Amino acid sequence: MRFPKRRAAVVLAAATALVAAACNGGGGGGDQEVVLEGVDDGTTLTMWTRAATEAQSQALVDAYNAGHENQIELTVIPTDDYQTRVGTAAGNQELPDLFALDVVFAPNFTTAGAYLDITDRIEALDFADALAPSHIDVGTVDGAKYLVPHTLDLSVLFYNKDLYTQARLDPEAPPTTLAEFAEHARAVDALGGDVNGTFFGGNCGGCFVFTWWPTIWASGAEVMNEDGTESLLDSPEALEVYSTYRGLVEDEVVAPGHAEETGATWVSYFPEGNIGVMPMPSTMLGLMPEDLNVGVAPIPGIDGGESTFVGGDSIGISANSEHANQAWDFLRWSLEEEQQVELLAANGDVMARTDLADNEYYAENPNAVVMNDLVQVGRTPYSLNFGQTFNDPQGPWLPLVREAVYGDPDADLSALNDDVTASLGS
Amino acid sequence: MRHSRKLAGALYAAPVAVFVLVFFVAPLLLVGRMSASDWPLLAGDRGINLPQNYEGIADNPLFWPAVGFTLKYTGIVVVILIGLSLLLAVIVADNRRGSGFFRSAYFLPTTLGLASASLLFFGFYSPAIGPLDPLLEWVGLEPVSWLGTPNAALWSTVALIVWKFAGFFMIILLVGLQAIPPDVYEAARLDGANRWQSFWHVTVPLLRPALGLVLILSVTGSLLAFDQFFILTKGGPDNSTVTVVQLIYREAFQRFDLGAAAAISVVVLAALLVLNIVQFRALRRDA
Repeated sequence: MRFPKRRAAVVLAAATALVAAACNGGGGGGDQEVVLEGVDDGTTLTMWTRAATEAQSQALVDAYNAGHENQIELTVIPTDDYQTRVGTAAGNQELPDLFALDVVFAPNFTTAGAYLDITDRIEALDFADALAPSHIDVGTVDGAKYLVPHTLDLSVLFYNKDLYTQARLDPEAPPTTLAEFAEHARAVDALGGDVNGTFFGGNCGGCFVFTWWPTIWASGAEVMNEDGTESLLDSPEALEVYSTYRGLVEDEVVAPGHAEETGATWVSYFPEGNIGVMPMPSTMLGLMPEDLNVGVAPIPGIDGGESTFVGGDSIGISANSEHANQAWDFLRWSLEEEQQVELLAANGDVMARTDLADNEYYAENPNAVVMNDLVQVGRTPYSLNFGQTFNDPQGPWLPLVREAVYGDPDADLSALNDDVTASLGS
Repeated sequence: MRHSRKLAGALYAAPVAVFVLVFFVAPLLLVGRMSASDWPLLAGDRGINLPQNYEGIADNPLFWPAVGFTLKYTGIVVVILIGLSLLLAVIVADNRRGSGFFRSAYFLPTTLGLASASLLFFGFYSPAIGPLDPLLEWVGLEPVSWLGTPNAALWSTVALIVWKFAGFFMIILLVGLQAIPPDVYEAARLDGANRWQSFWHVTVPLLRPALGLVLILSVTGSLLAFDQFFILTKGGPDNSTVTVVQLIYREAFQRFDLGAAAAISVVVLAALLVLNIVQFRALRRDA
């Protein structure tokens, strides 16, 4: 093994790492000793990411390749196909050196041993405490950390300031309670014509989770127990959320197409300028048309408060990688201030760290500041069976929420909630 | 001499045999073994799990509705497809002016992949970007929720499949039609048969092999439906359009249980095998 490009500090780090390695018994990553700082020795690394977060990953990889001996070959896989590909590769021990993953699916892979334990490496970072806390929590199993945040995607309220003005609402006063949200949506909807108050993906479990749960959290309630094995989605707070949206549906405040929206096009409505206010992914901010006067606000709780679903991708080193130190070099580098600010903040994206909000780009982009501040309070739900319960179109969550919004208004939801619990615990 | 001829024959057949062995028999054995094992996608083989994988199929509340829906969908698609493709074939069979154009036009959708065609129709049906609803409103009709109700979703998908495959089956039937010698029709005409009689008593019986092929292809294809529903409806609304193959996909890649997925695959394979044998027998006996 050689470290041609590094200085004495690396040797020191390597020495400490040897001790650490001895403590955790190697733990995969080939037979390399752990170098906490990472190694840049001209290794070619493979990395996978999904199309949904391609822009951010590609920017980071290009910048890294330009300035390092190591070279990363990034493969982008269609989002709908990603779980399938990564799952199959994990079963066959054919994973790339680095792979990102939609954070809610992470527990499946961390507990199955697909990722390398990088606890020591993460804790050696100066800014370890500033890494998006909810991503770190979900990537931790029994105290062992496997993942760092890669690209963050938060749910936030987007509202159309021009439509607000037309509807005689204050364009600088976005909703601060669930009732106010409904009120604003109705006011904008009253403008008539092609304009509608709001929109949501009514046949998309992942969309409901992402956009509606923050209101439950902001109201002080939980969606699952701590282990992610019991569903609490028939709580009074959850029912209040369902019935509020149900009212909007009944009054036709929601743009047509919501009931069959499977999630493929749900974010394409707002940018056209005919929707008043709706929760959407923060990564949409950079994709808004220039002439659309957009405001961003936290998703409010029933009586105030705010929260968000901290989604996006986490990334780790695969357990079968033979270049763990080189792969870590990229991860460590990608989380440093310069990259976070120059590559992510400059583009209006949310950063993986909470300590860098005071930067030149955010100074001119108040919407981005709103989003970045939410990373502190936001949540990433943890459950081993998250995908098959909430994202699977045939999972038990969609029947529950669709019954609540479109079904019999007097339906008892507790049996449907039990189905969700059964899936979480299976 | 004879021995070396046999050897030569075996050598000629060997590449195909190897091909079949590697790409058909080996995967089949692997699926069989998976279906008998506890085999999580992420962790690999965890040993025998024999009756459980198969028992689990019956316990799955989605299984029987999926079987019912797949059969219903197959029935609808097969009847419409065969009727329409036969009609199209008869229309373009004569070498009239322009029949070449119509043959190409009807056949064109076949050249598109099923996934691309599904995405295209998804766009058509979308209330956000689709042209259908504005068109209806322009004519003065109410917009329709093309994928929003169980029946609408089923018929919208049937429309896609018919559009996509009618031209392909038309070509098969067209070849069959053109293989019927003209003197048979002439003899029928001399015997005083009208157009309908000669179609029913001459064309249809002589077209039987081609019709049989179309039947087997369309039945098997429809029973294995996946792409179109995966893209257009995702099994919704409210699990009303879940096909059997979607269940296999779900077990494997949403629930990470290759064992359960393989068990359903084996059951589907057995059912298809029986069905195809019955179809072949029936066609052969009648002929």
